[in-house]
Amino acid sequence: MAKGRVSIVVERCKACGFCVEFCPSHVLALSSAFNSKGYHPPHVVHPEKCSGCDLCGMYCPDFAICASKVDASGAPAKPGAKAEAVKGGKK
Amino acid sequence: MTDDLNDDAINTDLLNADLLNTDILNPVEPFLRSDRIPHIWCPGCGIGTTVNSFARALIESKIDLGSLALVSGIGCTGRVAGYVKMDSFHTTHGRAIPFATGLKLANPKLNVVVYSGDGDLSAIGGNHLIHAARRNIDLKVICVNNLIYAMTGGQTAPTTPHHSTTSTNPYGVFESSFNLPHLVEAAGAVYVARWTTFHVRQLTRSINEAFQKKGFSFIEVISPCPTLYQRRNKMGDGLEAMKYYKEKSKIRHGAPTAEVGMTMTGEIIVGKFVDIERPDYQTMMRGQYQESLGERFVEQTEMVCS
Amino acid sequence: MKADPRGVLTGIHFMDGDHACCEGALAAGCRCAAGYPITPSTEVVERFASRVPTVGGTFIQMEDELAASITLQGMVWGGAKAFTVTSGPGFSLMMEHIGYAAMTETPCVFVDVQRGGPSTGLPTLPAQADMMQARWGSHGDYEVIALCPNSPQECFDLTIKAFNLAEEYRVPVMFMMDEVVGHMSEKVVIPAADQIEVVPRRHTHKSVEDYLPYGTNGDGVPEMAHAGEGYNFHVTGLTHDERGYPNMTLPIQDKLVRRLQSKILNAVDRITMFEAEQLEGADVVVVSYGITSRVAQRAIEAARKKGLKVGKFRLITAWPFPEKKIREIAAKVKAFVVPELNLGQMVREVERAANGQAKTYAVSHAGGGVHNPEDILKVIVEASR
Repeated sequence: MAKGRVSIVVERCKACGFCVEFCPSHVLALSSAFNSKGYHPPHVVHPEKCSGCDLCGMYCPDFAICASKVDASGAPAKPGAKAEAVKGGKK
Repeated sequence: MTDDLNDDAINTDLLNADLLNTDILNPVEPFLRSDRIPHIWCPGCGIGTTVNSFARALIESKIDLGSLALVSGIGCTGRVAGYVKMDSFHTTHGRAIPFATGLKLANPKLNVVVYSGDGDLSAIGGNHLIHAARRNIDLKVICVNNLIYAMTGGQTAPTTPHHSTTSTNPYGVFESSFNLPHLVEAAGAVYVARWTTFHVRQLTRSINEAFQKKGFSFIEVISPCPTLYQRRNKMGDGLEAMKYYKEKSKIRHGAPTAEVGMTMTGEIIVGKFVDIERPDYQTMMRGQYQESLGERFVEQTEMVCS
Repeated sequence: MKADPRGVLTGIHFMDGDHACCEGALAAGCRCAAGYPITPSTEVVERFASRVPTVGGTFIQMEDELAASITLQGMVWGGAKAFTVTSGPGFSLMMEHIGYAAMTETPCVFVDVQRGGPSTGLPTLPAQADMMQARWGSHGDYEVIALCPNSPQECFDLTIKAFNLAEEYRVPVMFMMDEVVGHMSEKVVIPAADQIEVVPRRHTHKSVEDYLPYGTNGDGVPEMAHAGEGYNFHVTGLTHDERGYPNMTLPIQDKLVRRLQSKILNAVDRITMFEAEQLEGADVVVVSYGITSRVAQRAIEAARKKGLKVGKFRLITAWPFPEKKIREIAAKVKAFVVPELNLGQMVREVERAANGQAKTYAVSHAGGGVHNPEDILKVIVEASR
């Protein structure tokens, strides 16, 4: 069971290739499919190797990909508490 | 790029919703104006990567977002203000720093970030850069340095390396370029660091450190401009630039800033160069007034104009 | 709302226009200023620098006018009322940011103590040659409000008015003094704080979800929020929609720029201030402003002694120009006489508004001193024929 899972927002991708290059486990490759802008988004070719380190997410200039650690059932670990808290604002 | 395409079992089913794993929340998403993404930056441009690092620093530093204001100038990096979900100000070319100074002076409780490009901050904005550093105004300045004026089509910037080609130096740049960490240190900044867009984790850490500091902090991030700088100088695309940063960067914390100047193809010294303590502008201002005026000094309270 | 007494120097004073202007700003609730020294305006901020730490606020002398003119806008968005002060060469440098204030609808005041120009010109001597620049100085289509005090007392009273207009219409207001009004000392009465009306910031009461930074209300003036209140709004100088997001399309440009214009022009009647005297039955009306109006008064009285029927129309707001009023007067008089310390600026507006119904005579002056009343009288006499 993979330790992590990748999530890709295909329509945001501009196929820069950073995620493919800098994934330490070589989980990704650019696909031959393309999104509506004509870019080839990445796809997961080695899902079993994903550690959920989220380096892909850190490198992506387009906020098109991220990874999360997953538990034994494959559900993502709880998102960071701060990520939830940011939605606030003065009422 | 075609070499990277894996042709096994590729079809458009890959774009199906079930495979998009939407149960995974991008930790950075709450900081973005999602209704404006995809953004305008080119494929392989590093600005988005810096925003990623910045957002992660906001998470790690647990900073109160309600007290954050982000100010940018004009240029590709200047567009950052429009994509982040916080009080953000897209001001005039070169003048993000004085605007940010105004915000901070009127409301000292604000955490004010200036997020702008090398041309905006060091050319037209150069005067304001050095004075804010001299005064040690409590600002966190993130200077994305793509070595060019990108938005307007690739003109020479004060940071464009000697010998490279730009649209206004079509026969090669014959000027020396600014060594920004050196300039800003000399002007008086209390925190000076440089990273590249390859150093995503270190950049997040530096931004975090700047948030913990009071005074003028300056973080330079070398970033690719694939469409103009890279292309005109036959240096490949954004990914090529990232590989170059990975290969040619040398981390030298505490390196004397006089030694960190950049050349077109040489090594890039990165790291935290300056981290000193010096009272910031407002601390000095209040101290001076207290000393000179004694009881007559009235503290600035919350601005009451409504 | 009434003025905050902490900023009101109630009493009877003998002070010059520059100093009175500073007191007006403090009385209006201004607690922040960013400036750069330039003769003959510097005393305004020198006094502010001295007064504000005893009232509670901040003054910063910036490294140039380019910085001062935008720092004050950061101060406004941080929650303060703010202004800056300059003269011709600095006013020119500030033009980009006057445009930014107009575009982002930042309420603020720019004081121009006019001096001889062009360029470095006559630093210590008066002129009124920045009047068109006050209206058209920045690029693009926008409207401003401009006020012209003619005495130190008016420098106090009208500065408060300038801040009030800025808040009411979310617009940069040009306070067009001149070197004589700035440097002449006269009696200035500063009333008690509860006698002074101050317009508060048009701050929104909407929730974060409902608030639109550039959503238009009935009068075309959006409600404002400040940084640090949790509204997460975006402000840009790019053409923007009601969310404040850049939207560089023709329909949005049309909507936005026309609203920036109409919010002022639709309110001309409420904004316009003037001083009129003996317009009824007048053959000639002298239109003047600032220090020239004081000299013109002498000429007008001399003309009336000669039996001429001369009316007076003093512009207190020069912009938006009171076209309608001038047009009405033009229908009933022979001529306008417009003395100015310039080679003909506001006279063009008078002529345009008169629309051929009455003649217009300029009494120009290259600047550096005030008119000789006889020179104005001569033209009044000629216009009366």
